[in-house]
Amino acid sequence: MATKRKKASPKRKRIRTENGTHTITVAVNGRTFTRAVEPRVLLVDFIRDELRLTGTHIGCDTSHCGACTVLVDGHAVKSCTMLAVQADGRKITTIEGLSEHGRLHPIQEAFKAHHGLQCGFCTPGVVLAALELLQVENAPSEDRIRTAISGNICRCTGYSSIVDSVAAAGEMMRPGKG
Amino acid sequence: MAQTTKVFGQSVLRKEDDRFLTGRGNFVADMLPPGTVFAKFVRSPYAHARIRSINTAKARRLPGVLDVLTSQDMKDQVGDIITAWAIPNANLKTPAYPPLAREVVRYAGEAVAVVVAESPFIAENARDLVEVEYDPLPVVTDVETATKPGRAPLHGDAPDNVAFKWILAGGDVDKVFQEADVVVSQRFVNQRLQPTAMEPRAAIAQFEPGTRELTLHVTSQNPFVHRLVLSIVLKYPEHLIHVIAPDVGGGFGSKIPVYPWEAIVCHLAMRLGRPVKWVEDRMENYVATTHGRDHVQYVDLAAKKDGTILGIRARVLANMGAYLSTAAPGIPTILFGFMVGGCYAIQAGRVEVTGVFTNTTPVDAYRGAGRPEALFLLERMVDILARKLKKDPADIRRKNFIPADKFPYPTAMGLTYDSGNYPGTLEKALDKVGYEKLRKEQAEGRRKGKLMGIGLSTYVEICGLGPSAVVTSTGFAGGLWGASTVRLHPTGKATVYTGGHPHGQGEETTFAQIVGEELGIPVADIEVVHGDTKLTPYGQGTYGSRTTPVEGGSIALSARKVRDKARKIAAHLLEAREEDLEFADGKFVVKGSPKAAKTIQEIAWAAYMAGNMPKGVEPVLDATTFYDPTNFVFPFGCHICVVDVDRETGQVKIRRYVAVDDVGNQINPMIVEGQVHGGVLQGLAQAMLEQSVYDENGNLLTNSLIEYLVPTALEAPRIETDSTVTPSPHNPLGVKGVGETGTIASSQAYVNAVCDAVGVDHIDMPVTAEKVWRVLHPK
Repeated sequence: MATKRKKASPKRKRIRTENGTHTITVAVNGRTFTRAVEPRVLLVDFIRDELRLTGTHIGCDTSHCGACTVLVDGHAVKSCTMLAVQADGRKITTIEGLSEHGRLHPIQEAFKAHHGLQCGFCTPGVVLAALELLQVENAPSEDRIRTAISGNICRCTGYSSIVDSVAAAGEMMRPGKG
Repeated sequence: MAQTTKVFGQSVLRKEDDRFLTGRGNFVADMLPPGTVFAKFVRSPYAHARIRSINTAKARRLPGVLDVLTSQDMKDQVGDIITAWAIPNANLKTPAYPPLAREVVRYAGEAVAVVVAESPFIAENARDLVEVEYDPLPVVTDVETATKPGRAPLHGDAPDNVAFKWILAGGDVDKVFQEADVVVSQRFVNQRLQPTAMEPRAAIAQFEPGTRELTLHVTSQNPFVHRLVLSIVLKYPEHLIHVIAPDVGGGFGSKIPVYPWEAIVCHLAMRLGRPVKWVEDRMENYVATTHGRDHVQYVDLAAKKDGTILGIRARVLANMGAYLSTAAPGIPTILFGFMVGGCYAIQAGRVEVTGVFTNTTPVDAYRGAGRPEALFLLERMVDILARKLKKDPADIRRKNFIPADKFPYPTAMGLTYDSGNYPGTLEKALDKVGYEKLRKEQAEGRRKGKLMGIGLSTYVEICGLGPSAVVTSTGFAGGLWGASTVRLHPTGKATVYTGGHPHGQGEETTFAQIVGEELGIPVADIEVVHGDTKLTPYGQGTYGSRTTPVEGGSIALSARKVRDKARKIAAHLLEAREEDLEFADGKFVVKGSPKAAKTIQEIAWAAYMAGNMPKGVEPVLDATTFYDPTNFVFPFGCHICVVDVDRETGQVKIRRYVAVDDVGNQINPMIVEGQVHGGVLQGLAQAMLEQSVYDENGNLLTNSLIEYLVPTALEAPRIETDSTVTPSPHNPLGVKGVGETGTIASSQAYVNAVCDAVGVDHIDMPVTAEKVWRVLHPK
C-alpha cells in the first residue's frame, strides 16, 4: 500500500448526521461528489449504487476475484475491501474514467488489439490492476505482469492474452510512444 | 462466389470490446429500474432435513420489508421446475423439484423462503429473521454410498436413489473382450466442479399491469428457453413474457438451466407490481448454481498384444445432485456415452450410466458437459494400455486412429463423424513439441533421477448441437436449429438478428464477418442483435459449441438469400440478365462492362423505395432462415503437455503446453485461439486444482473462492497453439465448434504427463502435490 499519499484534492470533512449516515466527499474520475452514506456501505456499492458507475463489478464476497478493482489515489484497490467512508477525501479512478473524449486509453487499446477480454466482466478490474503496474514500470517482465494481476480472476481468457495486452500497453505508454 | 472482400478468416478486432473496456457493458446486476425492490432467499443450512416450521413474523415486522413467502404461499402460482431432457429407455425418475422446499430440504443451500424489501440491506436483515426449524435426516453426498442397498432415499419415487439407468452398446462387446490378448481396467473419479462464471447470476422481473406483460432480464445463455419454461412453471402465456439476456459475464453451461429463483422473482413482480431484483453473491452462487461433472467410472479396455484397441466398457455412477436440473439427464448419457470411442476405430463399446440422487447441489452442464468425462477416461485408458504393453503412447494412437480417408465415419457407438484427419494434428503437435528429442531427454534424465513427463491427448468431440430430429429422439424438449434474420436498412447498413446468445465468444464480430463476407458490407456497418425474445426470431441460445456452426450457418444462408434477391433487383436496374452479373466487393457488375454496376447499398435503397422493382419481387432487403443441420460437427486435435515433477515435494510444473486443433474453417483465428486458451485452462484447472468438497453432513466446504481454487495468472501456463483445417462437409460455412475443445482435451494431457513422469497407472484429479508425493514416497 501507499506509504505517502499525494494531497487529495477534495477536502476531508466527514460529518456524522443524525440518522447515522456520514457525509463524504470523493473525487471520482475528476468529478467531486458529496454524499451521505451509511457507515456499513462498501466502496464498491457506493460506486455502483450511489454514483451508478456500473463498470466496477462484483464477482465474489471474499475479496478474491478483483472484479471491483479501482484506483484509489493511484493505487489499485479492491473496492470491496474498503468502506465508502474510508474513501472520504480520496481520488478514485474507475474504468469509466480511463478513456477521454471517446478515445480509448492505450491500455484499453492494447486489450482490444490482443484479445485480452472475452465476456468482459473481469476486464475493468484487470485493466486497473495492470495500470497500477504500468504507472511505475513500463517494461515489466511477464512474471511481474502475472504477479500484478494475480489478484484478478479471469475465467475466459486463460490469461496469456491479458499478459500480452499489458506488455503491449506498457510499450504504447512509454515516453515518446503513442 | 467470386469475391475479393476477405473478412472471413481474418482476425478482425472485436466489435463488443469497446463497451466492456470502457465500463459500459450492460449486465443484469447493473440495471436498476425506478422503484426496484430486492429479493433475498432464505437457504437451508442442512443438506437433508424435514422442515418442522417456518416463522416469518419477525421478518415481516421489519420496516421496509414488503413480503416474505414460503412454498405454501405460492403453491398455486409457481409450479415445479421441469426437466427438459427426458432421456428414453432409462426408467427416468423426475421427482418434484419445487421452487421453494416443501416439507423436506434435500441439499445445503436449497431455498425455503424468499424475502422482499426496499433495499438489499433490509432484505438481508429480514432474511436472518426468518425462523426455520429443521429435523435433520441422514445425509448422503457420494454416489457409491447413495446406491448401497438400504440407504434412506431422497425422494419417495426413487427408492434406490437411482434417477435413471441408461445403457448404450455398439458392436459385439462380449466377443471382443473374450478375444482380447490384454484387458486393462481402472476406476476414475471425475470430480465435481463449480462452473464459476465471473458474473454471478441475477434477475430483474418487471410487470406492466396495463399490457399484462412480464419482462425478465436474466443471466441466461438461452432466453427463449427461459421464456418457454417460465410460461409453463408460472402458467403464464408465453407471448406475454419478454425475456432479455443482456451482456452475460460468462456462463460455461451454468446459465443454461432455468432456476427456481428466476421464476419466483417473476411471481413477486406480478404480486407486488414493482420491479424485483435478485443478484446472487459468490457464496450463494456456489450452492445455488448448478455444478458440473461428478462421475465415478469403472472402465475396461480390450486390446491385442500389438496395441490394437478392440473395445471399451464403462460403468458409470453420475451424481445428479438433489434434483434433476434443466438439461441434467442428457449430460452424463447422450453427451457422454456416444463419445467413449474417441478418435479410434474401436469395434465395440458398452456404456452403462446410473444417475444418482444425493444431498448435493444439482449438477448440469459445465463446459464440455459429458464429453470431457468421456475423453478423459478414454485417453487415460490408452496411456494405461501403452504402459502395460510398453509401447510409445504416440505409436499406440497412430495404430488405432480412424484413417483420414474413411470419413464420413460411422462409429461403433452409432454416430457418423463428419470429417477428420487425426494423424494430421498428432504429427503436427509432435513436431511442434519436439517429441523425439523430449523422449531422449526423458530417458537420460531418468538415469539422473529427474522426473519429466509427456502427456498426449488426441481427442474428438461432438458439438454443433444439433440436428433436431436426432436431439429430440434423445428426449430433448426442443429442436436445435439455428435462426437468423439478416436485414439491410435503406442506407445499406445491416442488422443481424441471431438465435444464439454469445456471452464472451465474440459472435457480435464473427457473425458480422459472415455477413460482411457474403454481402461485401463493411463489418463496421453490421450490428449483431441477440438475447431479446422480442427482437430476434425464436432461438436456441449458446451452448454445446453450437453457435457458430448452427446459428452462424443460418446467418450465412440468410445473407445468401439477401444476395440472391439483390441480384434480381440489380439485374432489373442494370437491365441485364441475372446470370450476366458478377458479385464482388459488395457490387453487382455486368460481366465485361465494369461501369455497369450497382452496389449493395444502392440496391438496398432501391428495395426500400420500391418504385422500380422487378416483377414479383417484394420490397425490402431482408431474409430469415431456420437452419436445421444434417449432422453434428466433430472438431478434433492433439494436445501435448510436458511437465517436470519435483521428486522431493511432488510439485508439478508445466514446461510446455502445445495445442493443435482442427475446428474446420476459422472465421476469426484470433477468437479461435482465445477460445482454445480459455478452454485449456478450464480443463487444466480440473486436472490441477479444482474440486468441490462436501463434508459428511453435506456442507459444501468449497463454498467461496478461498477454498475453491480457480487458477490465477500465476498458475496458468503459456499455451502454444496451432491448427489444421478440415472443413465440415455438411454446414454452409465448413466450420466446427471451438468453445469446448480446450476443456475436452486438456485435463488428460496433464494427468497423462504426470503419470508418465512418475511411472504410475493413474492419479485422480485434482493431481495435487500431495498425491504425487505419495506416489513417489510409498510407505
